[in-house]
Amino acid sequence: MAKSQSASLERKKFFADPILVSMIVVLVVFLLLFILYPLLMLLIDSFYTEGKVTLDVFKRVLSMKRFRTAFGNTVVLGLITGICSTLIGLLFAYVEEYVKVRTKFLEKLFGVVSMLPVVSPPFVLSLSMIMLFGRSGLITRKILGIYDSNVYGLKGIAIVQIMTFFPVCYMMLKGLLKNIDPSLEEATRDMGASRWKVFTSVTLPLLLPGLGNAFLVTFIESVADFANPMLIGGDYDTLATTIYLQVTGAYDSTGAAAMSVVLLSLTLILFLIQKYYLEKKTATTLTGKASRARMPIEDRSVTVPLTVLCSLAALFVVIMYIMVPFGALFKLWGRDYSLSLKWFQYMFKTSGLKAFRDSIVLSLIAAPLTALLSMIISYLVVKRKFRLKAFIEFVSMLAMAVPGTVLGIGYIRGYANGVFRTGFMQGLYGTGLILILVFIVRSLPTGTRSGISALRQIDPSIEESAYDMGANSARVFLTVTLPLIKDSFLSGLVTAFVRSITAISAVILLVTPQYLLITCQINEQAEKGNYGVACAYATVLILITYSMVMIMNAIIRVFGTSRTIRED
Amino acid sequence: MAKEKKGVRLEHISKIYQDPKTKKEFYAVQDTTLDIEPGTFVTLLGPSGCGKTTTLRMIAGFESPDEGEIYLGGEPINALTPNKRDTAMVFQSYALLPHYNVFDNVAYGLKLRKVPKETIKEKVTAILKLVELEGMESRMTNQLSGGQQQRVALARALVLEPGVLLFDEPLSNLDAKLRVTMRTEIRKIQQAVGITAVYVTHDQSEAMSISDKIIIMSKGKVEQIGSPQEVYYHPNSRFVADFIGEANFLDAKVESVSGENADIVVAGQRLTVRNHTHIPAGKEAVLVLRPEACGLGKEGLLDCEVTLSTFMGSYQYYHALVGNKTVQITDYNPVNKTIYKAGDKVKLNFDPNGVYIL
Repeated sequence: MAKSQSASLERKKFFADPILVSMIVVLVVFLLLFILYPLLMLLIDSFYTEGKVTLDVFKRVLSMKRFRTAFGNTVVLGLITGICSTLIGLLFAYVEEYVKVRTKFLEKLFGVVSMLPVVSPPFVLSLSMIMLFGRSGLITRKILGIYDSNVYGLKGIAIVQIMTFFPVCYMMLKGLLKNIDPSLEEATRDMGASRWKVFTSVTLPLLLPGLGNAFLVTFIESVADFANPMLIGGDYDTLATTIYLQVTGAYDSTGAAAMSVVLLSLTLILFLIQKYYLEKKTATTLTGKASRARMPIEDRSVTVPLTVLCSLAALFVVIMYIMVPFGALFKLWGRDYSLSLKWFQYMFKTSGLKAFRDSIVLSLIAAPLTALLSMIISYLVVKRKFRLKAFIEFVSMLAMAVPGTVLGIGYIRGYANGVFRTGFMQGLYGTGLILILVFIVRSLPTGTRSGISALRQIDPSIEESAYDMGANSARVFLTVTLPLIKDSFLSGLVTAFVRSITAISAVILLVTPQYLLITCQINEQAEKGNYGVACAYATVLILITYSMVMIMNAIIRVFGTSRTIRED
Repeated sequence: MAKEKKGVRLEHISKIYQDPKTKKEFYAVQDTTLDIEPGTFVTLLGPSGCGKTTTLRMIAGFESPDEGEIYLGGEPINALTPNKRDTAMVFQSYALLPHYNVFDNVAYGLKLRKVPKETIKEKVTAILKLVELEGMESRMTNQLSGGQQQRVALARALVLEPGVLLFDEPLSNLDAKLRVTMRTEIRKIQQAVGITAVYVTHDQSEAMSISDKIIIMSKGKVEQIGSPQEVYYHPNSRFVADFIGEANFLDAKVESVSGENADIVVAGQRLTVRNHTHIPAGKEAVLVLRPEACGLGKEGLLDCEVTLSTFMGSYQYYHALVGNKTVQITDYNPVNKTIYKAGDKVKLNFDPNGVYIL
């Protein structure tokens, strides 16, 4: 049997569609140039010096005590954050899906908690942590009267990271719990198992791959996190901060490249386990929808403690975020708690306006490009068959496993002297365009993932019918696919904007004095100890991102297609 | 109405698939040659997995054949993409564009062909009248019933006046009653328009009621091609006899052959039947009996014993043991007939010219 004829016919049909072909070419070039090439440069830098392949750079880096400590620190931090975030996420998800929550207030609280990390810059919690529990912290000094409180170090980073990442686990596990058929649990209950036994013998085993999945995702996030360890790490250096300091402090970018390779290998291995092992396992154990709604647990001995526990945790998170605007409004944190607008005035008088303008403009350019690109990738991956498909899918997902710091170093090594140090495309380095590219690459995986899952729900014959009636690929994409995933496109647009405007880890390495970015300003001010100004920036930033999300929700409510299409 | 009725010819078409689990390749369609005359209604009929949908999708261009060539109106079309082929398909799930209303759905293909606006309006109005959806132009498709969605899907394909109209199990999502109404209607419209139609179904009564010609497929191969009467009365294989309608199979041995007739022995009893498949003397064969062609009585051709007798309303349903084989019998309009009961030893009756051996 030979499939040669169909293969050659498919090829002919494929090349009969020039728009499709050129689209794929552009995409492949983009992915090669802006994701794979910078990473390749890191490898070249760390294994290739003065014309020969050597391990010298690695030997040098490994002999640095600072690096070895940072590696250990990173792994310990990742484990703590991963485990704790998963457990707290599980608690929240379980309470939401299984326990009868009586109050509207609690429901709202859960909603807010899951939303906050999405709209806030990744490191504002560090700010409020310092302001609440630091040396001149509101709680430690003012209320408890502790004068030598030290919030910096592992403890501080871990708490902040857990609070930032557990909502992600909560959302992931909630979706999984929803898919467990309640009749499985009812059947075991019926056979005489206690609630605890049902949880340990049915729910937990079914959820295990999902828990592993959530753990790895947070582990990767924690390891890749740059801003929190930077702000609250003190002398607890992680790989991300060490790499940053290696470039900005020691001016040793080959050393930083080698360190980046180590960090990248770590996240990449975890990512591959997560993507190709656990994700499949989750899908096979939990397929299909629950046949009917679950009877919530009403037993007070279960509901009361769980609800109280969750409410306290949620309230704590909310208070942490509320601290940010107050940090900006108080005259002098730790000494004078009277309200004033002086930090805001100071912010706008110095570089505030320019920072907001630059951040917003760059993000506004990056967001639609990201959204469109991720929708095109999803369309190609889900709906078309061609040889480079697996490559496109893999590379655009790979970007998820690349820590921002690593990407930043890759861009420095890859573009500071042009592509392969030939001077080609050298003009890119130091411009706004390279920042936009980084924004796009950093948000592409999220957008693509949501686009793929949206497209998988669309009956393939709908697009086939358009194709059959005479539309070419571009036509099908524009008149059928895109309108049907309008919601996903819109939310991709806003997510990309929010992610771009709150990004820091990669851009802090690439930004030039020509551009000021809000996040870099916050970092700079916080490092100097000007928490009032930092909080003022953070407050305005949260307001911007929050209102963007609100606008998007309103647009989807009014113009969204899904509602009219999907209700049968 | 169709611009030009086109015939479809498949020449030694094969399609190879790979089993996703075992990675083994197999023929989804194997060496199939078909000739579909312009203007006829042809049905591809077979159980699921027999290759009928794959064949249809190869004609539409969604799949590419691994061997052979497909011709549409005499032109080879293997290398053409679906959007360049003069075919229009009605999908199993209707595949209406959910973000368009009825009018825009039907007009979609015409707009792509840059037909002037007024002409589009005329054509769409005319076609919606044909499928009895006048006045529904501005409805969204999710506001329509299953039957109405089906009509939109049909209108949308018809309005393009394609050389051949393809149907992929279009009625399988409708309830039983509507299915019967819609199939009559599809046939009526096809004849009014005079278009070539290729129709895929696994429902044999649907295939019989709608087609000029039925192509019965099994395991990727064509089993038989013929008019509904031909495949029902003269199936050329046990598979076809079993698949189309109900059939009893009795092992038989051909004793002697004389002209069109043969003497056979069934369960130790001798009888003479027609031998249109020309089985030579001395060969093993099967006697095929349709349940409705059989009756029970004091007189008859084969001895049997009733083992089950059930009143079904329009007929009496029997099981009767002939030798060691159970034969099903449906005796229609039983009101004034003798009803036998289990244990009765009677005779099995049928018209020896109306049955056949394989």
